[in-house]
Amino acid sequence: MFPAAFDYIAARSRDEALAALAQHGGDARVLAGGQSLIPAMRLRLAKPAVLVDINRIEDLAYITETDGELRIGACGRDHALEHSEALRSGRYPLLSDVCAVVADPVVRQLGTVVGSLCHNDPAGDWPVAALAARASLVVRGKSGDRTLPIDEFLVDSYTTAVADGEMAIEVRFPTPQARTAGAYVKIERKVGDFATAAAAARVTLAEDGTIAAAGIAIGAAGPNAFRVVEAEKALIGQKPSSAAIAAAANAARGAADPIADTRGTVAYKKEMAGVLVERALRKAFARLGQGEVR
Amino acid sequence: MKVSVTVNGTAYERDVEPRTLLAYFLREDLGLTGTHVGCDTSSCGCCVVLLNGDTAVKSCSMFAVQADGREITTIEGMKTGGKLHPMQQAFSDQHGLQCGYCTPGMMATAIAFLKQNPAPSEAEIRDALSGNMCRCTGYNNIVKAVQQAAAELSAAPAEPVAAS
Repeated sequence: MFPAAFDYIAARSRDEALAALAQHGGDARVLAGGQSLIPAMRLRLAKPAVLVDINRIEDLAYITETDGELRIGACGRDHALEHSEALRSGRYPLLSDVCAVVADPVVRQLGTVVGSLCHNDPAGDWPVAALAARASLVVRGKSGDRTLPIDEFLVDSYTTAVADGEMAIEVRFPTPQARTAGAYVKIERKVGDFATAAAAARVTLAEDGTIAAAGIAIGAAGPNAFRVVEAEKALIGQKPSSAAIAAAANAARGAADPIADTRGTVAYKKEMAGVLVERALRKAFARLGQGEVR
Repeated sequence: MKVSVTVNGTAYERDVEPRTLLAYFLREDLGLTGTHVGCDTSSCGCCVVLLNGDTAVKSCSMFAVQADGREITTIEGMKTGGKLHPMQQAFSDQHGLQCGYCTPGMMATAIAFLKQNPAPSEAEIRDALSGNMCRCTGYNNIVKAVQQAAAELSAAPAEPVAAS
């Protein structure tokens, strides 16, 4: 299994990469970690005529906390993120959960967060987490940068809002504020398989203990990962309770629109979407010191 | 396209198609067939090699041109001075292989892992190897081998200790 032939451009700077992308338009793809793109090329699911390798652009691998956000450059790798100061501090439990389960440990050495978001696999981990965390992406093109909320960035299966000649250069995750926690959970047949079902939850409690903000998203449950807005609405204003969790989980069961495959039937996957939203919420509440929510 | 890469300490320069995957470059252009190809889609870990000595990468999911200017270590480069690498010796001692197909990738993954985590727990070893498939051993002896290698590598300091 060999990829179709392509021209290879090793960009040395952002400008070089953008110039190559502008020149080749829709025929070009960005090569970051390559852990999804290269297998897809081998299976001839992707046949770019030009690959623009951004791995040699040194200042794109950054992982920094700036202005209340964790900013990860286009070459920031899963492994580096997992071991970054920000995540080791324990302040980003949702992201730490994801880092531990993306593909497998060797794939995480090269795989990148931004690359996973750009790949937008319906069963990918990062899109689900980014939706729940309300991440945004910086997309650079000829006319400068634009910042897109993740909901607008993810368009459809394997499709994002990045236009021909543009490149996603950074993802930004809001730094969790006081009384905020999150969690990511998924079911997979074996390490490295595509998720059978996946869910991310993020909750912020008000001083009176009610839920002030919530982010709920599910994966492997439709053309791409999506927010379950009804689940978020079911939580906001409530105190953490089994009833509130059940309402959110039921909203996810109803919203999930999975396809049947060797990993399970539609009915099973819809049920698991609900089960995983419940598990993610219970894990997030536990992290907020809520004990066992009843 | 020209690629200059140092493999097991030897510098090579070759002309390759950009689509040549690193695993096939090692096997077919350089004749280093100790790197195996299993699933061909980054799932099984047979093809893992070391990039710049300390990073485990799946060589079926990286192009040879991406290794330009870098150092690669394959199973052929692990022993030094006719002596097996402690990881190789440990796999032998602990019967950590049967057919041997997954072994080069297992060892590369384990060596890189121990550089990051020199004294891992059993659970951490099992997690670190979770992207490497073995269809023979049931993994237990592989885990024992990594434990033996971890003990030996941490007992033998990399640099000479000054006399006190």
